[in-house]
Amino acid sequence: MGFDAMAAACCVLPVLVSLLAIRFVYVLWRSGQPLSGSPTAGLRCLIVLGSGGHTAEMMNVVTAVQKDRFTPRYYVAALTDNMSLQKAQVYEQSLIQSGEKTIKNAHFVQIYRSREVGQSYFTSIATTLLATLHAMWLVIRIRPQVIFCNGPGTCFPLCVCAFVLKVLGLGWSSIFYIESIARVKKLSLSGLLLYKLRIADQFFVQWPQLQQKYPRAYYAGRLM
Amino acid sequence: MAGGERRTVFVTVGTTCFDALVMAVDSPEVKKALLQKGYTDLLIQMGRGTYVPSKVSGDATLQVDHFTFSPSIADNMRTASLVISHAGSGSIFETLRLGKPLIVVVNEDLMDNHQSELAEELAERKHLFCARPQTLGETIRAMDLGTLVPYVPGDAKPVVTLINKFLGFPVD
Repeated sequence: MGFDAMAAACCVLPVLVSLLAIRFVYVLWRSGQPLSGSPTAGLRCLIVLGSGGHTAEMMNVVTAVQKDRFTPRYYVAALTDNMSLQKAQVYEQSLIQSGEKTIKNAHFVQIYRSREVGQSYFTSIATTLLATLHAMWLVIRIRPQVIFCNGPGTCFPLCVCAFVLKVLGLGWSSIFYIESIARVKKLSLSGLLLYKLRIADQFFVQWPQLQQKYPRAYYAGRLM
Repeated sequence: MAGGERRTVFVTVGTTCFDALVMAVDSPEVKKALLQKGYTDLLIQMGRGTYVPSKVSGDATLQVDHFTFSPSIADNMRTASLVISHAGSGSIFETLRLGKPLIVVVNEDLMDNHQSELAEELAERKHLFCARPQTLGETIRAMDLGTLVPYVPGDAKPVVTLINKFLGFPVD
């Protein structure tokens, strides 16, 4: 009995692992490819606001997107950042007042940060774990179809969790990362990771010299 | 230059602590350079810094004032004739959008000093002047506002068009 179970496990486990590996490679390959077919309804968006200059750049993107295509919109900001969500709220309010056909379809969510400036590396392990679990919970709950992010660290666990859902076949999201205009010569850490790990479907930089260093990135002008 | 006209220099460190900049603008050397360039007032937003500049000017008539934080920094920028700022992108682009002459002072004490990248790139494109706290006086003496090139604000539409294409939305 025990032997049979062991034997079964020995057979099933490698199969499962190989299936997962194949799926992983497929998702990696598929992620950079444009979607086929035209979406018939609005896409559920996760918009990660990174505080300060990052938020200002992201709000310029949000202002330029077609609101009927990118809806509903879930804005996410760090728990310690009390300015960003307020800016997004003011913007969404202005849309309603200007009489655009927007039903109340904006949501505002706060997220734990992996690491605060100056935090010790030891306590960072615990807070990173907490932030990742929280990110997973948010991604499962929201099931975004589109993720907009531009750093800093807040967006990384969210993107990784969204990627894991893709591998597990629990939801598909297109991840757009727009590196901050402050990065002229080198990518930020979160940008570099999302680029190298190929988690970002489309990766934008705002300076042509940076595009030359990272050929898979797109340069389509500046946001600011 | 008209006799009664005030020309204010507004110094901003944002939400950071940048005593080296406040000390630099409070030095006799920088104040003298500003006077020589025809500025009459010096207003310093000192943020979290602990160095408190003197409110009285050492020589001649440069009026010096300071405060820590204010919700109306945009108004201070609007009324200024010259802005001296830390290297944060928010403050840089806000000043450039207002079309004000700008000197960005890079904080060399910051651990992750990627901020100098942006200031140096924009200085190379002649949209602003870039200095360090110890070279500020020299920069002011050497600067020629006539050489500055107005900054044309960016546009998110090309990025959004590529995103739309990727997702399969028709191009409009």
